[in-house]
Parts: sequence; structure tokens; C-alpha cells
Amino acid sequence: MSNRRIVPIGPYHPLQEEPEFFKLIVEGEKVIGLEINLGYNHRGHEFIAQKMTYEQIPYLVERICGICSNSHPLAFVLAVEDAAAIEVPERAQYIRTIIHELERIHSHLLWLGLAGHFIGYNTVWMWAWRYRELVLDLFEMITGNRNHYAMNKVGGVRRDILPEQIPLIEKALTEIETKTNMFTKAILDDPVILARLENVGVLTKQAAIDYAVVGPTARASGIAIDVRKDDPHCAYDKIDWNMIYFDEGDVLAKAKVRLLECFESIKIIRQCLKQMPQGPIENRVDEIAPGEGIGRAEAPRGEVFHYVRSDGTNIPIRHKIRAPSFMNIVSNEVAVIGYSIADAALCLAAVDPCYCCTERMAAFEDGKERYTGKQLLELSWEKTNKMFPHLNK
Amino acid sequence: MKQEAIKLQEEFLVKFPKAKVFKHNERRLYISVTKEQIFDVAAFLYKEKHLRLSIATGIDTREGFEILYHFSYDKIGTYFTIKTLLPKDNPKIKSLAPLYTAANWIEREMHELLGIDFEGHPNLKPLLTSDDWPEEKYPLRRDYE
Repeated sequence: MSNRRIVPIGPYHPLQEEPEFFKLIVEGEKVIGLEINLGYNHRGHEFIAQKMTYEQIPYLVERICGICSNSHPLAFVLAVEDAAAIEVPERAQYIRTIIHELERIHSHLLWLGLAGHFIGYNTVWMWAWRYRELVLDLFEMITGNRNHYAMNKVGGVRRDILPEQIPLIEKALTEIETKTNMFTKAILDDPVILARLENVGVLTKQAAIDYAVVGPTARASGIAIDVRKDDPHCAYDKIDWNMIYFDEGDVLAKAKVRLLECFESIKIIRQCLKQMPQGPIENRVDEIAPGEGIGRAEAPRGEVFHYVRSDGTNIPIRHKIRAPSFMNIVSNEVAVIGYSIADAALCLAAVDPCYCCTERMAAFEDGKERYTGKQLLELSWEKTNKMFPHLNK
Repeated sequence: MKQEAIKLQEEFLVKFPKAKVFKHNERRLYISVTKEQIFDVAAFLYKEKHLRLSIATGIDTREGFEILYHFSYDKIGTYFTIKTLLPKDNPKIKSLAPLYTAANWIEREMHELLGIDFEGHPNLKPLLTSDDWPEEKYPLRRDYE
């Protein structure tokens, strides 16, 4: 083929600023093939987790991803609680639900902002991230941190939601709801945005089944799966809410799923604040019985899966982590085929890929870590100096 | 346990009578089969019963390499985990990738981190480790230093 060309995207993504490599094979403007390569930032969390105690691992898995930094520890503690049949107090269940839903709102707004940025609509980007800030403020108030909330522990949660915080949360929710409503309408009515998103990057229902995709990517392709409905964890079975799904499978459907889910999340948090009973927020856990357990939580990007096998000591024998993006990214192999290069960047981003979730390893050589944190820092300084020598004067 | 799960379990045992079922709780079932049966089991669960392969876990145990295929029955929120054991000296198993696209990356990950050979896999290139990662070095094995 004479007019077949390769367009590389990455290994450092020009827009998402994350390490991955998409090799687009194109004929003219049309994408006819895609090869995906990962592994630029694999940190070995599963390996490290096998050397840590059950008290330490929630803080480790929290750092898999800065965006879904509640989903991973939540799935992990659910797995341990499943393995050792540990009961969790009801108030803790509600607090977990509230944090989990706040995380969903902030993550979906983040994606929406990025999607706007990708199609060159920076107003959407500014709006979405501006109102996402309100959610981060709530996190700071409730957990003490804007990210890495450190709320989950085996047997309960670490911090309570105080009565005086509840009116503040409700007030912020009202503002988030009004603003999200405002720009949901603005986005879905905008003919330019619709032209860029509609019938682009279609993932058919059969392809979605074959690639076993999860979360909004699956729900936009007509597969009604959501861990919160199917296998209710936390307090989801006590709350009235709707699962959002569409049949089209295009980027617009994915955007609609995420936008409408923000409103469902707000609805869930409001009910939780009303129904939340008084009582303890954790059960004391002295030892983890031998056994195996599966924990699953619906992260903003889909089902997070953690498997833990315990032998009765304080360190798990095996801890398996599966982030949703691991299943979702590979579905791009079919979703971008036949579209133009301009659409490809958007299609690739439409699954809301989270590269840090997919990569979990550090560089080791002959049993020793090849780079220490300090060395990496020095390498980074060296590179900055090379790129911007004038800064160093 | 939900009716659907009981029904599926019964049908499974009719088809694979030698399988051992262990019920951990209402929503978590573990079923042990031999490694020769894995492909047929996966074909039955995926093609006939439309279960979703969520992920597979590989574990280096004293007896050998244990592989757990976690199948999710989404309609009733139940996990059917299919277990099988491979010998330590020759960890080989038939690949599910030709049957089920989703198994492609799952098996690639397990191949490079645990050194399991998947026979018939279309592309077993390393996915996550760096390009200069030494061959025959598997970080999730017990003897890895």
C-alpha cells in the first residue's frame, strides 16, 4: 500500500499529558488500524502489595490513581471484608457511598472538561473544571484532602461526617447541580459540539461484549451493567436512583451517560445525608481470617476489581487489581477504525482512559530498584535544564 | 443464592460433572476444573450463558500455578470464579484469546508478570514491562528477588 502512513500519538500524550502510545495506521485521513502500547510507567502495585499489611494497602492502592483514589481502596477493603466476613456499621456504609459519589461527580466533570479541550472548545474545559473545584473543596472539608482521601479502612471508615458539615454539603450540591444543569443544556444544544460527537467512535454492542468493557463505556453501548445496581455495595441498595444507559455507542452517548450520572450522584448524596443513621463508623478488626475474597466497586470509569487471598497473617498472599481502563482502552482497537485522524484523539479519550490505573510497576534490575526517587528527580531536573537553559541563569 | 445462580450451577455440573463447587457466600462461587477443561468451560460460560470475563488472576502457590478466571454474571451480581492448577515445571494452558477478545490483554499481562504460557495466543508480546526487561524474569513469582 503506497498511501499507508503511521501517525504516532504518544508515548507522551500531547493532550492528556500521560504516558501511553497509540500507533494510528492511516490511509489519507482515515484510520484503518491501531496498535496500543503501554508500559511507560508501570509501578508494580500488585508486587508491592504482597509485602504490605492490610492496614497499609489502602494507602498504597489509593495512589494507583489520583482521580479514582476512593474506588481502589474501597474495592480492596470490600475484598478483605468479603474474605473474612467482616461486618461494617451502617453509618460507615453511608459515608462510603457519599465519598464514592462525590468522586464520581468530580471525575465526570474532569472528563467533560478534557473532552471539551480535545475538540478545541476551551470554554467547556474552563466551566467544567471551575465547578469541579466545588467538589474538591467538599472533599477537603470532609476528609482533609483534595485528593487521596484516605477514608477507607477494613471494617469501616476513618473519619465521620459532622452534623455542622451537612448544610454546607447540601449548599454546595445545589450550586453544582445548577451549574452542571446550565452547561449540560449548553453542550447538548450546541450544533458544533453535536457535529463533533455524534456518530463518532461508535463501539457497537457486540464489540462492547467481546471486549468486556465496563462502566460508562459499556452503558453508552447499550449494556446495562453497573456494580451499584447489580451487586450493591455500601448503601446503594437502600437508595432510590436510576442507571443511565444509551444504545448509540458513540462519543455523544458516552458524554451523555457521564453528564446525567452527575445528577444521579447528587440525588444519591442527598438521600444519604437524609437517611444516614447515628452510630459507630468502624468495627474493630483484630485479625483477618484465612480465605479469599472479591471486592468490586463502580468507579467513575467502570468496575474496579480487587481479589485478595489471605492465609491468616497480616500480609495477603495475593492481591490482584484490575482497573476499568485495562478493559476499556483496548476496545479502541475497533472504536477508532474508519474515522478521521481529527476524531481519533477524541475517540481514544472517550473511554476516559486512566493510564496510571493500567500501569503499576517500578523499574528493578537484579533485585535492586534501578532508580531511586531522588535519582528520578535529578533526571527530571537535568531534562528541564536541557529544555529550558534560560531558566537556570 | 438467586434462582439463576442455582440453575447455572446445576447446568454447569451436568456439563462438567467432575468440577468441584465451593460456595463462599451468596454472590461468590468458586469452581475447580482441570486445565484441559478451561477452554470448554469458558466457551460454555461466555457463548452460551453470556457471562463477562472480568479478569484472571494468576497465583504462584506451593502446589503450582493457580489461575482463577473471574466470570461475572452481571444480571444477578454473582461472580463465578473458575480455578485451575498448572504444574510448576511446565505452566502451559490453552489460550482463551481466539474465543474471547477480552482475554487477549489479560493473558498478555499474566504471561509477562507470572510466566504462564498461553498456547494459541495471537500476540504474547510484553505489554506493561519496559522494553529492556530481561526475559525469563517474572516479578510475581515467589522466587523473584
